[in-house]
Amino acid sequence: MLALVDLSVGYAGARGAVVANVALEAAPGDFICILGRNGAGKSTLMRTVAGLQPPLGGTARLDGEDIATMRPATRARRIAVVLIERQFSPGLKVEDVVSLGRQPFTSWQGHLTPEDRAIADDALSQAGADAFRGRFFDDLSDGERQRVLIARAIAQTARVMILDEITAFLDLPGRVEVMSLLRRHARAQGACVLLSSHDLDLSLELADRICLLDGAGGLATGSAGDLIAAGRIGAAFDTKEVAFSPIRRRFELVREEAG
Amino acid sequence: MARVTISSALLLAALLALALYTLTYGQIGLTVSETLAALTGSGSDEMTSQIVNEIRLPRVLAAILAGGALGIAGVLMQALFRNPVADAWSLGLLAGGQFGVALTVTAAAFAGPDAISFLTMFAGPSITVAAAAGVAATAAVMLALGRRVGAITLLVVGLMLGFTAQGLTSVLLHFAARAGGRVYGGWSDASFAGVEPANLPWLALPILIGLGLAVVTAKPLTSLLLGETYAKSLGVRVGVLRWLALAATVVLVAPVVAFCGPVSFIGLIAPHVARAFTNSARIMPLLPLAGLGGALLALAGDAIVHAPWEQHFLHLNAILAILGAPVVILILVFSPAMRGWR
Repeated sequence: MLALVDLSVGYAGARGAVVANVALEAAPGDFICILGRNGAGKSTLMRTVAGLQPPLGGTARLDGEDIATMRPATRARRIAVVLIERQFSPGLKVEDVVSLGRQPFTSWQGHLTPEDRAIADDALSQAGADAFRGRFFDDLSDGERQRVLIARAIAQTARVMILDEITAFLDLPGRVEVMSLLRRHARAQGACVLLSSHDLDLSLELADRICLLDGAGGLATGSAGDLIAAGRIGAAFDTKEVAFSPIRRRFELVREEAG
Repeated sequence: MARVTISSALLLAALLALALYTLTYGQIGLTVSETLAALTGSGSDEMTSQIVNEIRLPRVLAAILAGGALGIAGVLMQALFRNPVADAWSLGLLAGGQFGVALTVTAAAFAGPDAISFLTMFAGPSITVAAAAGVAATAAVMLALGRRVGAITLLVVGLMLGFTAQGLTSVLLHFAARAGGRVYGGWSDASFAGVEPANLPWLALPILIGLGLAVVTAKPLTSLLLGETYAKSLGVRVGVLRWLALAATVVLVAPVVAFCGPVSFIGLIAPHVARAFTNSARIMPLLPLAGLGGALLALAGDAIVHAPWEQHFLHLNAILAILGAPVVILILVFSPAMRGWR
């Protein structure tokens, strides 16, 4: 369904390509985590796949159609996005934010049908954001706000959902909850969920597949087990101080050997 | 939706009642039946008919049109700048419009009598166009600045820019008058009383166009409330939207500056009143409420100005400041919509 073909992403000029010539095939129901160190190009890759910035080379396709040249209105019906960036939105109520997810489907006046409202309501419950109804969006804590934004993305009923580092503001139970709800959503709706995260252990645990950005422009794809066995995780993340232990599936401090 | 309809009906009823009051009471008091008779043309007294139809009615219509335009422009600007204290007056657009008119008049004055008589002949449209240029230039500057500085800084810069433009306007008009062109008396104060019946179409036409543009931009502007990236992801062409919303603001506001002067506070407050009614920030339902609310505020201000005070009228902006400034203070200090900005 979602296919990256020889895709290079990055910026024109000196910074150039951050991720180069990568390929990926994703099927309906896939819950895919994108891992990589800071600056490895996770956000740039996500923005490009979402059609928010043009690729430097190659294409990202959705059902065979090039995302970069899709009409914005068409793209909005198929791809939902949740980002980490913090924006002030004066006056917006929680319900306003969620119903914005229906915007690509409403008439030119943006009038919400009872069906739109029902979908938005359902999305709020699914995301565990029911309790925030009636409140100002700006009044919520960072974690609460993320849930509302996820509800908005669910309300968008998109085939592809792209979430950039959204678990950063959540505590551990919150992260597990959010990641499992996204996985359930992918399964139930036949959607493809792409999530970038710094949560290595949780991602390895929950993702159907891992996309690992090695920081040198390459992308390794596979199941958590395969990538660990091939030593890819360690290659991407290890530093002088920490190293990934394939056996214990987590990072460990590197001991200064005394002799 | 029912909520919007009921609130709109309430505001409309209040507006009509206040309009009737303003048409009836004044230096010369009439009875309600006299006023209605004069309006429908069934009255026998010529003098009453003149007072109602030629003096008071244009003023009331001007107040309703201008107040409505400012309220709707306020909704657009608060969404466009994502700033709850933005409006045409507070961000200096009205003063910029005045400056545009002053520049034009001065240029004509120094160009000679021909230019002046040309300007006078087409006073309605030419002054509106000059005001529109000034409003558009200021709006473009503020929009560029709005991406760099915070909401409160933008407010202060807008007010300062307004003072600057008003100072320059005053100086320019002084020299223009010396050079022999007294096309425009100038407006140190705002007033709805100076609108000639012949100018009402020039006031109404751009405002109607602006209203149309506002309705067209309402849906995508709602997406923009969540930020540029989210708006894009929802299928909004953000660049086009900015220009459309800016154009709507300019045609809504320019005729108000041209004919009524720098009407303060209404555009800032009306959107907050509207949001209190809808309990939502979605733009479309806000438009009728902010329009009616703005018209109501403007007419209330005008009613106070033209109440039968002994031998004189009060200044409109003085009344609007007394009514409006405390409300703005309350918004800044207490409104939950301002959280995160303080």
